[in-house]
Amino acid sequence: MLTNRFLNLQKTVSLAKNYLHTSGERYEIQKLTRLRVVDNSEIGKQAMAEGKPPRCIHVYNKTGVGRIGDKVLVAIKGEKKKGILVGLKQNQKTKVPKFDSNNLVLIDDNGTPMGTRIHVPIPTILRTILKEKTQAKGADYTKILAIASKFV
Amino acid sequence: MFSSLYPFYMVFRVKMFLNIRNGLSVATNSSKVIRQLCTKAAAFENVTNNKQSNESSKNNVVDYRHIYPEFLPDPKPEFRNVLREKLERSDMIARRTQIQIPEFYVGSILAVTSSDKHTPGKNNRFVGICIDREGCGLRATFILRNVIEQQGVEVKFELYDPTLHKIEVLRLEKRLDDKLFYLRDALPQYSTFDPNMEPELLPGGSTVPVNNLKVKLKPKPWLERWERQNLQGVEDLGLPEKFYIRAKELEKPWEKYDLMKDYMKTIPEEEQTEIFSEVQSHLHKLEVTRKQMKRKRVFVKPSKLA
Repeated sequence: MLTNRFLNLQKTVSLAKNYLHTSGERYEIQKLTRLRVVDNSEIGKQAMAEGKPPRCIHVYNKTGVGRIGDKVLVAIKGEKKKGILVGLKQNQKTKVPKFDSNNLVLIDDNGTPMGTRIHVPIPTILRTILKEKTQAKGADYTKILAIASKFV
Repeated sequence: MFSSLYPFYMVFRVKMFLNIRNGLSVATNSSKVIRQLCTKAAAFENVTNNKQSNESSKNNVVDYRHIYPEFLPDPKPEFRNVLREKLERSDMIARRTQIQIPEFYVGSILAVTSSDKHTPGKNNRFVGICIDREGCGLRATFILRNVIEQQGVEVKFELYDPTLHKIEVLRLEKRLDDKLFYLRDALPQYSTFDPNMEPELLPGGSTVPVNNLKVKLKPKPWLERWERQNLQGVEDLGLPEKFYIRAKELEKPWEKYDLMKDYMKTIPEEEQTEIFSEVQSHLHKLEVTRKQMKRKRVFVKPSKLA
């Protein structure tokens, strides 16, 4: 009886977790935001298939809010990985596409993508943003553009 | 005596005023009589004015406010500036001589070709359904939505953006609602459109068809509380009874009778006539040249066979 009640309680807590939004209508990417991996890397595919999408645990900029093309640190399947935001739910400027989900492409420390293909369209503004972020002798983020299947 | 009649008098005046403003067919009998009297008085004042032409231009204006809604300024008094509006209109006409901006509505399917500074030397073409249209003057915008590779994508365009090359209407139609934001929560099939779609031509002189499609929404959670918005183009939402009860509680059915609200939200008909008579000749000229160009383009020279 008691164990049953405990199980029920656990269920409701986990449900609440699923429906709890950390940032309401603005769809800002901040710490603990769930993201969607859109490349075909093994770890990303597994995480999405299990229904445990990665969580953002750090945004590498000064505001703490992830914008398009920003680098984030995510917790995925008990590991820490870095990724680039390639599509946001948030309202964008004119001519910049807005997506139905917050899309992420996993990269390693050199900026090399972990997958070989991105299966959703990515915005063309990333060409400029990622070129600007890439510095000589630093990580080369423009490799993401090479594995994109479609631009909008 | 007068003070007791005053509220009646005010309501009467506002009603009369609104009827003139909207030019709608919902005019009550009494206001119709008043209207006729008004037009008669105007005819007396200005005998030389040709009444027939006046009527036809009025009909034109009624059409124009649907076809060119961005020519009407924002009715908010703090945003009004007659000079700026005039300058903006001349700029809009100037832009319209360069690019053909067609008639379209929320629910129409458009294709926008624009140059993109991020991919130099290439044009970007985006096809999608128009889910929202807002803004006045040069700030007029519209949002296109499509599902590309199972991913919903929305792009907001400015109507008078100089980087746009071409705006094509692939299917001219209206939907049952003024805004189609609920497509974000609908099944993806309702916002999927083929990017290589051929434009569908309507026979000349026909009215814009209304698509009575009822969209099926995904189960909750949703982005908005759609049950509270009195949507026409949505199938039965299938919610528990308490949601509808709450929606009923929050409903404001008296708002459609609120004359002052209506008044604050619209531009008076006299002002509309003034604005459109200013730009009418230009718009008409553009329309004529567009038709001529179309005719020219249809003619294809037969190629010589070797």
